Amino acid sequence: MATTFILNGKSQTVDVSPDMPLLWVLRDTLDKTGTKFGCGAGLCGACTVHINGEAARSCQTAISAVAGKKVTTIEGLSADGTHPVQQAWIAEDVPQCGYCQSGQIMSAVALLSKKPNPTDADIDDFMSGNICRCGTYQRIRKAIHRAAGTPASKAKSA
Amino acid sequence: MTTAPVLNRREFLKTGAAGGAALVVAFHLPGSAYAAAEDQEKKPANPLNAWVRITPDNRVTLILGKSEMGQGAMTALPMILAEELYLDWKQVSVEQAPTDPKIYDHGTGGSGSVAGSWLPLRRAGAAAREMFITAAAQHWNVSRDTCKAQDGGVLHGARKQFLTYGDLVEAASKLPLPDFNTVPLKNSDDFTIVGHDRKRLEAAAKSTGAAKFGIDSRMPGMEYAVIARCPVFGGKVAKFDATKAKAVPGVRDVISIDAVGEGAFTSGGIVVLANNSWAAIQGRKALEITWDEGPNANESSESLRQHFIENVAKPGKIVRNEGDANAALNSASKKIEVVYELPFAPHACMEPMNCTVHIRPDSAEAWVPTQAPQWAQEVIAKVSGLPLEKVNVHTTLMGGGFGRRYQADFVMEAAQVAKATGKPVQILWTREDDMQHDFYRPASYHKMQGAVDAQGKVAAWKHFQSSTSIAAVWDKDGKDKPEASEFATAAFIPYETPNFRVEYALAHSGVPRAWWRSVEHSSSGFVVETFVDELAAAAGADPLQFRLQQIGEARKIPDFTNPKENKPLDTARLKSVLQLAAENAGWGKPLPKGVARGIAGYYSFESYTAAVAEVSVDNGQLNIHRIVYAVDCGRPVNPAGVVAQVESAAVYALSAMTKDAITIERGRVKQANFNDYDMPRMKEMPKIEVHVVMSKEDPTGIGEPGLPVVAPAIGNAVFAATGKRLRRLPIQAADLA
Repeated sequence: MATTFILNGKSQTVDVSPDMPLLWVLRDTLDKTGTKFGCGAGLCGACTVHINGEAARSCQTAISAVAGKKVTTIEGLSADGTHPVQQAWIAEDVPQCGYCQSGQIMSAVALLSKKPNPTDADIDDFMSGNICRCGTYQRIRKAIHRAAGTPASKAKSA
Repeated sequence: MTTAPVLNRREFLKTGAAGGAALVVAFHLPGSAYAAAEDQEKKPANPLNAWVRITPDNRVTLILGKSEMGQGAMTALPMILAEELYLDWKQVSVEQAPTDPKIYDHGTGGSGSVAGSWLPLRRAGAAAREMFITAAAQHWNVSRDTCKAQDGGVLHGARKQFLTYGDLVEAASKLPLPDFNTVPLKNSDDFTIVGHDRKRLEAAAKSTGAAKFGIDSRMPGMEYAVIARCPVFGGKVAKFDATKAKAVPGVRDVISIDAVGEGAFTSGGIVVLANNSWAAIQGRKALEITWDEGPNANESSESLRQHFIENVAKPGKIVRNEGDANAALNSASKKIEVVYELPFAPHACMEPMNCTVHIRPDSAEAWVPTQAPQWAQEVIAKVSGLPLEKVNVHTTLMGGGFGRRYQADFVMEAAQVAKATGKPVQILWTREDDMQHDFYRPASYHKMQGAVDAQGKVAAWKHFQSSTSIAAVWDKDGKDKPEASEFATAAFIPYETPNFRVEYALAHSGVPRAWWRSVEHSSSGFVVETFVDELAAAAGADPLQFRLQQIGEARKIPDFTNPKENKPLDTARLKSVLQLAAENAGWGKPLPKGVARGIAGYYSFESYTAAVAEVSVDNGQLNIHRIVYAVDCGRPVNPAGVVAQVESAAVYALSAMTKDAITIERGRVKQANFNDYDMPRMKEMPKIEVHVVMSKEDPTGIGEPGLPVVAPAIGNAVFAATGKRLRRLPIQAADLA
């Protein structure tokens, strides 16, 4: 069955089962492997994309649910890594293994679109759906502050 | 089929056996042994083929012989080459080496990449540099003494002429190789790259989705496969019906594969092949399988615990026995007897296990997220019947390794399926597969007895450990003597005592075990550093002062678990990191009410780490405010990378201490996904500070040494704050109530 949606600004039509999760349509049907599989249960955030500008877990989103909608993946943030959040990630040397970072960045971009100057508590709340097994959380926080243009907090807010 | 000879502290060696199941595995930590007897058969390769590729238009590519799993080898190792070559770091790009164990020492683990590559890469870089200088001198027809390497080329001083390596590479690659044992190495006072912070080379790729991990591998015509494995360890398929599975749209085929290695290697099972991952996962759900649960179906965490308790109630195998600990305990006035318990721990890499293989009649190709490409190559060669040279294994980036990807079970499964189908195939593990078919950090039980005398010194230290050892996975009869390898530094503690007894009893378990970040140190660190803290409390002493006093004067303690390698524990360096961590944490200075500090110091992978944790317990809730580290891993090649690794190890340790446990029920792992085995989240993070000793000793490991000190430092802080001792991990609410 054909589903049409807008992927990173371009119209895309796929012919797959309507219940196939967006994650696998992106990775296997459309060869957009920047969005990652971590748990398949909406628990780790590695599969985070934007649907109509809102952060969403693509492993929990059936393809039928994005018909006619705008989907943005990590590949769609910039042509060449120049999105301010990506630049902040590079400047703060955030990634280690890097596998969670597409999802982390997509969540961070969504956070900043709602709260351009987030507090540490805002960051904790919004980003706690994204797991990093390599433990880069402290640097992710610093990079979000950097991208927001506010100096990194010296102490965690209560 | 043999790989490099064994020189490993884990004594992980299984000789080839009938049935083709087992392979020789050498977990090789070369260090200074690169030039030693074991490696005389391996002649150094031409560095201009093996390590450095420079094109006539002066593009520089450095070759990486180790796996990059986030630990920073892809940046640190090229830094060593670039330094000796006087390269402009901005010029450098890096490429993964092809799998060729005749040239590269591929195995990545044991915190050994920088330590083991330090001298070999310096020599390779220096040799290439000397060849460029010779080529330039010949070109200019001047003496070599008037030429020097600089900025990615060669400068002739007197007439200020300059040729790039690109200009010189064709002539240089025809020159004879210098003697690697005598090639002059750069003076460390002149280092401009090594010892200076460098950002990770692949950070941009990892921030744009461009970085390709194993799971992102694609080959034309590739099929995706997921495998139904018996949830009980050692069990197998009794019968199955694939009718419904085959009816799922996208499913192409269903086949069966055998277990390999008597349960210590792969489980075997039913394979669903499909034209996309989702269809394969859905197809597997539709399989109807009856399992033969096999011999381990009655094992549980409780039964294992009973087994431990029975084991330590009767004589075990004596590992060490100096003085007479029993007599000293009998006559001691201040003595303690405690039990520590640690569970199985899973690796939980964010990228689940996977492997992509195509076996053709005369060659094979694979894309593997692996810490042991040489083992992956051997497995595929064995299954396909092809010679090693015809098996092209590409090592990909990987979403975490932590020791899990040193195994070749997922490679074996992929090779079996590829051989059976003749098609390119990607074996994909789901999170549930990954959680329930891991090779876990062994569970252990430690009965400790100790005493302090009237002078406040340790009069006796007795450690009876029972554990499910790693060595016993590969040698069930215990011929490989798992005892010493299970203790790590606990078998040669830095604390002086005249009466020291270490005893061991192997506990049998069907649960697979292997190396988990810091391996036996992950348990020994907690046990030793909590026990010494308990002795300090018994003596009424400050925990830092007690440790410094008991470590005693400067001396070198031989590594009891690894006598062949001359890598002793230098007590002066251990005391230094304890003092440095304490100083930076403000040890002794007042803290807000309810907040307290704990300290731990430890020697592992030839490095010295100490941590001070600041915690409070509020309404039974543990709050970790700050962890302050001091680390000495010899000369830090990339200090920024060292800090990152310690931060990383801290969070890895926190997950095993403060989150869920792996429990065994009816012979299987109960936990399945992050709902019942959760990871620490952003909001739980303490502040982590790392102070790196800018040592001039040879580089030693740092991927793992940050881990063993975290749990004891936190536990010791909880004691200081509340009077409650944490002796069992992970912490449960009852422990803090």
